[in-house]
Amino acid sequence: MAGQAQKPELLLDIRKLRIEATVYPPGEAPKNIVLVHDVSLSLKRGRVLGLIGESGAGKSTIGLSAMGYGRGGVRITGGEVMLNGRDILQSGKRGIRKLRGKEVCYVAQSAAAAFNPAHKLMDQVIEASLEHGTGTRAQAEKRAVELFRKLSLPDPENIGERYPHQVSGGQLQRVMTAMALCSEPDLIVFDEPTTALDVTTQIDVLAAIKDAIRDTGVAALYITHDLAVVAQVSDEIMVLRHGRLVEWGGTQQIIKEPRQEYTNALVSVHEITHDEQVPGEAPFLSVKNVTAAYGRGGPKVLKDVSVDIYPGQTLAVVGESGSGKSTLARAITGLLPPEQGTVTFDGRPLANRLADRPKEDLRQLQMIYQMADVAMNPRQTVGTIIGRPLEFYFGMRGAERDRRVAELLDKIEMGKGFADRYPAELSGGQKQRVCIARSLAAKPKLIICDEVTSALDPLVANGILKLLLGLQKEEQVAYLFITHDLATVKSIADSIAVMYRGEVVRYGPKSKVLAPPFDDYTDLLLSSVPEMEIGWLEKAIKGRRMESAGN
Amino acid sequence: MSSPILKLIAQRIALGVLLLLAVSVLIFAGTQILPGDVAQSILGQSATPESLANLRAELGLNEPAYVRYFTWLGGILTGDLGTALSSGQDIATSIGGRLWNTLFLAFWAAVVSIPLAISLGLLAVRYRNGWVDKLISGLALASTSFPEFFIGYLLVYFFAVKWQLFPGISTVYDGMPFLARMQAIALPAAVLTLVVLAHMMRMTRAAILNVMQSAYIETAELKGLSAIDVIRRHAFPNAIAPIINVVMLNLAFLIVGVVVVEVIFVYPGMGQYLVDHVAKRDVPVVQAVGLIFAAVYITLNIVADIGAIVANPRLRHPK
Repeated sequence: MAGQAQKPELLLDIRKLRIEATVYPPGEAPKNIVLVHDVSLSLKRGRVLGLIGESGAGKSTIGLSAMGYGRGGVRITGGEVMLNGRDILQSGKRGIRKLRGKEVCYVAQSAAAAFNPAHKLMDQVIEASLEHGTGTRAQAEKRAVELFRKLSLPDPENIGERYPHQVSGGQLQRVMTAMALCSEPDLIVFDEPTTALDVTTQIDVLAAIKDAIRDTGVAALYITHDLAVVAQVSDEIMVLRHGRLVEWGGTQQIIKEPRQEYTNALVSVHEITHDEQVPGEAPFLSVKNVTAAYGRGGPKVLKDVSVDIYPGQTLAVVGESGSGKSTLARAITGLLPPEQGTVTFDGRPLANRLADRPKEDLRQLQMIYQMADVAMNPRQTVGTIIGRPLEFYFGMRGAERDRRVAELLDKIEMGKGFADRYPAELSGGQKQRVCIARSLAAKPKLIICDEVTSALDPLVANGILKLLLGLQKEEQVAYLFITHDLATVKSIADSIAVMYRGEVVRYGPKSKVLAPPFDDYTDLLLSSVPEMEIGWLEKAIKGRRMESAGN
Repeated sequence: MSSPILKLIAQRIALGVLLLLAVSVLIFAGTQILPGDVAQSILGQSATPESLANLRAELGLNEPAYVRYFTWLGGILTGDLGTALSSGQDIATSIGGRLWNTLFLAFWAAVVSIPLAISLGLLAVRYRNGWVDKLISGLALASTSFPEFFIGYLLVYFFAVKWQLFPGISTVYDGMPFLARMQAIALPAAVLTLVVLAHMMRMTRAAILNVMQSAYIETAELKGLSAIDVIRRHAFPNAIAPIINVVMLNLAFLIVGVVVVEVIFVYPGMGQYLVDHVAKRDVPVVQAVGLIFAAVYITLNIVADIGAIVANPRLRHPK
């Protein structure tokens, strides 16, 4: 690369960037909307800038503009993107292709989806280097192996021979980081690289990314919605909202002395106070020594699990993916009949199989899911969706039903006007509220909430949690709250069951479970939750007693 | 190669053999249900009852159906397809040359049409929704929409009659020089190519477009690959299974479904042979040809299944 010496100190300088897209609302004329309103930012060589905001804030859109890329018909309509001293928006298709994968590389949110399933990892990792002629195949492979080692991937010499499906999610995310670093770019755009991972895996990947950035001297745009995460890796943080700049400053200043109200809301987002309720006299639902497996003779996904749920209280089930949390819910609802053990409800055993349970039992147990938008029929209105359990369980019709739907909409803090809307017209948080109303409509004793806030932005998730807590007081409904997020657990649970590889390793009232002395796994989980503190990451890694499962 | 994939492949092959057996039963039963009897049709209306009874005994027609079925099946398994009633010739010998002719024609039509269809599909995706895409799709659709006899006669009119480049009648014989043979089959091969091209091309386009939505396509674009490299290297390998499927279906058509084209060009292939003998009510020939067609069809579908299994990296490289 000639001219390396003259590369300017200012790597990226985005000036008054305006990005637009055309949307096609149903039944209306197509219209232009502005996604990014004249945002400017600059990044010096070797520095890390965190872009933070909720979905729709335009952070990914801005990040991708540094590669001249508009996702799904998004257009850059104004401003300049100066990279290494030239405006890349003026360099034409060919010019942009030359810088992608060479000057700027990209690390996607879901490495599992971003790797091509048909090719070996090594071929994909060195592809950009070969395409841009930065070295021979042998040189590129050597560099890739070095990077695999630096990112502490197991068996760095041979992991490149594997296919994406043969490697775990956390490892794939690190391979993707190696892929971005392999062609020795000046800038890497990290787009939520740890969001899809378990907390215990996230911390490893985060540490690996941070080390790699430091050792290679690459600059980075680090996009995330999690302020505690971005505080660990960034030199500066830029807060965005609705495509506009809210606040931009040093990491210390943003997390300790936020100047804008919105930043402050982001910083303090997890603080819900919920006083633990003491368990009542008798649980209404008991899971006793349940063992379950998928398929006959398959590996046991639940091993001898026993938990109790008390009326009007919340049992939180925490653990990493694959720990059996959702399987427990499936066993309780009868979707997966247990091989051994029983589920008792109000003092009598529930039928193992869903098909054998009477309607009344079905009514008492309702579910809310992580993906609200796929849990609703897109062709039914909100009114029909909420009204369906009213008809099914109570035989309500006509005006009576509509009145009850309106009441329920009121309970979830949405107006009557929403009854005629379709799911596609709602935001993520509103969709989840409709799902809550639908489950409440059955007047159940227990609602199983399976990662209901995981797909939502922190502020929206916060609103949902507050709503759930409020509804619990009003309706005396109990929750079985499945989550991998310990912050959520702290703010909502009365008792906690920690699951690891199909077993309950720790179970009791919240105050006991979250108080030392901890078992190794609970300690790992707790210490992996990012804290809004510079230097937390290094401290947490140092203090760990066991390796995370994703490693 | 690992054991799960071998198991899957073995399963497919076993299923294919079973299916073929079932088809042989159906073919046999079907020809038995047909009205009339073979002895009658050989001897004609004027036969005496005695000669009919003699012939029946001679042909084994008095045996129960299942005995005749197993005799027939046993013969086929040992390479004896029986004797044609109309000509008294050994069926295996007369089919031999014709099957080879049909395969020769199908082979060359496939050699031209498959790479062409896949390349056009790739091009259509590269320039999707642009004029190149629309032109390719339009022409391909037009060529499928015309019946094959129309295309056939159109080609004969221009290439054989007007410009006299190729013969209008595709006569081939044993010991014919290769180039002469190629010239003879040029027009029927062209017709077949035009007939199967559109289906394969459009399925290729659809399969690749489906894959183009994936996140790894974006990854490839962000590596700075050119559009055609993205499609070729990243989209195509993941679209291979549906493409193999449609290719095999069309290959089967090239072998089994060429009757009309063979008749137009008076090409001595299997299709013509079948049509002739259906007209003559020559049951043993119809049975034999039917079974061969079924075998071709089933084999190609097994190949498609195996191709799809092998193309799946998750099956090829288990965890």
